[in-house]
Amino acid sequence: MAGSRASSRAKGAARGPEPSASSEQCLTYLRQMKLIRHFEDKAGEAYSLGKVGGFCHLYIGQEAVAVGSMAALRSDDYITASYRDHGHALARGLTARSVMAELFGKATGCSHGKGGSMHLFDASLGFLGGHGIVGGHIPLTAGMAFAAKYRKTDQVAVCFFGEAAVNIGSFHETLNMAALWKLPAVFIVENNGYGMGTALARASSKLDLAHRAYSYEMTEEVVDGQDVFTVRSAVDRAVERARLESLPTLLEMRTYRYVGHSMSDAAHGTYRTKEEVEEFRQRDPIKLLEAHMVAAKMIDEAGLKALDEQVVAEVEDAVTFAEESPDPAPEALWTDVLAGGQ
Amino acid sequence: MPLLTYRDALNEAMREEMARDDRVFLMGEEVAEYDGAYKVSRGLLKEFGPLRVVDTPIAELGFAGIGVGAAMVGLRPIIEFMTWNFALLAIDQIVNSAAKMRYMSGGQVGCPIVFRGPGGSALQLAAQHSQSFESWYAHIPGLKVLTPGTPADAKGLLKSAIRDDDPVVFIEGEMLYNVKGEVPEGEHLVPIGKADVKRAGSDVTLVCYSKTVTVALKAADQLAAEGINAEVVDLRTIRPMDTETVLNSVGRTHRCVVVEEGWSFAGVGAQVVDVIQQYAFDELDAPVLRVTGADVQMPYNKQLERAAKADPAKVIAAVKRVLYLA
Ligand SMILES: Cc1ncc(C[n+]2csc(CCOP(=O)(O)OP(=O)(O)O)c2C)c(N)n1
Ligand SMILES: [Mg+2]
Repeated sequence: MAGSRASSRAKGAARGPEPSASSEQCLTYLRQMKLIRHFEDKAGEAYSLGKVGGFCHLYIGQEAVAVGSMAALRSDDYITASYRDHGHALARGLTARSVMAELFGKATGCSHGKGGSMHLFDASLGFLGGHGIVGGHIPLTAGMAFAAKYRKTDQVAVCFFGEAAVNIGSFHETLNMAALWKLPAVFIVENNGYGMGTALARASSKLDLAHRAYSYEMTEEVVDGQDVFTVRSAVDRAVERARLESLPTLLEMRTYRYVGHSMSDAAHGTYRTKEEVEEFRQRDPIKLLEAHMVAAKMIDEAGLKALDEQVVAEVEDAVTFAEESPDPAPEALWTDVLAGGQ
Repeated sequence: MPLLTYRDALNEAMREEMARDDRVFLMGEEVAEYDGAYKVSRGLLKEFGPLRVVDTPIAELGFAGIGVGAAMVGLRPIIEFMTWNFALLAIDQIVNSAAKMRYMSGGQVGCPIVFRGPGGSALQLAAQHSQSFESWYAHIPGLKVLTPGTPADAKGLLKSAIRDDDPVVFIEGEMLYNVKGEVPEGEHLVPIGKADVKRAGSDVTLVCYSKTVTVALKAADQLAAEGINAEVVDLRTIRPMDTETVLNSVGRTHRCVVVEEGWSFAGVGAQVVDVIQQYAFDELDAPVLRVTGADVQMPYNKQLERAAKADPAKVIAAVKRVLYLA
């Protein structure tokens, strides 16, 4: 029994060729994944202390998807994500300080305290939002791809969303137009098995989500989302298809979230069991990469420890920065409503 | 001044702005090869090609969102809805994406987009194809809402909308497309947020917009024959509303009737009345009255439909009440 669900989910997912990433590249992946993991732990803690408000959706367990994907992108590409966006923002290069400060609602946050956890933005990095309406940002991303094609640049637009979004109209309308108009877009479904408390099988008539692309004559791939190398190579292929051939791709990343849907949801107990969560934790993306790097002698125990200390210090610094940063000025309530201010 | 239909005035506005700025493109159902369901985009495909005049599948939510995404990265889309009735399928993108982007990104990401198409009551199209939604959009901070009532305003406002850096909801009068009027030649821009006194008068102010401009002007003509001088104030822009022009007029006439096509409950006229009671309370010699569409689903039958719409007779009756003549 044990191991069956996790391994069957990974099965059918394309495993990449044996990783050929350099040790430097591996170290970057590992540092980023550890940073996200630790950042999320601390964000959860700050939430429990009342320092972070609203809804707060953690990315713990899914780190390899954001990290492997971002590594395949160019600095002028466009990225959008759902409300579960901390990991994507950090992997794209937003600083831990600017993201934590945004969670704290501070003026120094990446959206100046006006977006919060669900709406992280950094236009200078092409990071065009965390978006709060399920599926709402899927057409936006196609619009960015449309703009790239219109201007004849070779930029690519990449959209991250949860598997629950494949049942919403905007997903289908967008995939159709993206394929019809040959837009340079990559649609990345992060299939973590659940939309809030609804297991995929209770929401979707078809479990192979990547197959939804068949209806639109779009290339698709099922990817083991726990393996950062596999993620990277699949996104590499999709990005190349977009950049060179101006064709969209649908990638289904099989992954899992270890924690509750948001901070108000327990990790297990109602819609899933503790055993199931434990089982998926066996294929932890960080552990998998660590094991690979240790076996390949890219890093040793001391190196891992040093890395952990680095990210702990970075997140600690981010929390201090967020805590000490000022709230937005009262006048900020009235700015950014319209282009001219109000 | 050349005489143009409202339809051709809109067409000219798009043609001129597309020629002026290559970031401007038009997207929507039947806008290209069919020349527009209401022929507003006639000839544009021929002139600008399929990259800039884009036929879409029937997928309002999707193509509205594609427009917003393109605007977020610097293009200037014009998204045509075949009618605003169908834009209900896209309202999530208008309200939750376009109107929110600048604010929730802390000012980093704007959305210069125009959503346009015909709205308001039509002729015997019954309940689903004959409705006014301007008050829905006017409720939303982050949107501008324009409702031109004449060909000149249609052209001038659409050009301003396309050049504006914010999302604009541009609601054309479905019954106005064939109306002809003088349209200034050359660079003709009508500023957003400026009402226009379409007829000066001293006895009562008629506030109107879009198709009710014609209704109010007709009523004013008939009232003049009875010795009553009505001032007709065309809002042109619903949001941001030019309250100054309204208040100035009411300050002179001391009486006001608001004429709108939409339903009364939480309608645009309610906003006008609120402004007047707040800032011109002492000027009023009578309660402000509203002439609105009947508070029912639009019927098909011609007689019933006529009874459901605002018309000059209803305006005249309301004017006589605020003048205590009836
Ligand atoms: C249109 C819409 N309906 C409902 C919600 C409330 N909601 C927020 S997240 C969520 C589940 C989405 O699950 P999924 O797409 O799988 O993403 P995940 O949370 O697993 O990352 C729901 C129902 C919403 N934000 N938007
Ligand atoms: Mg999910």
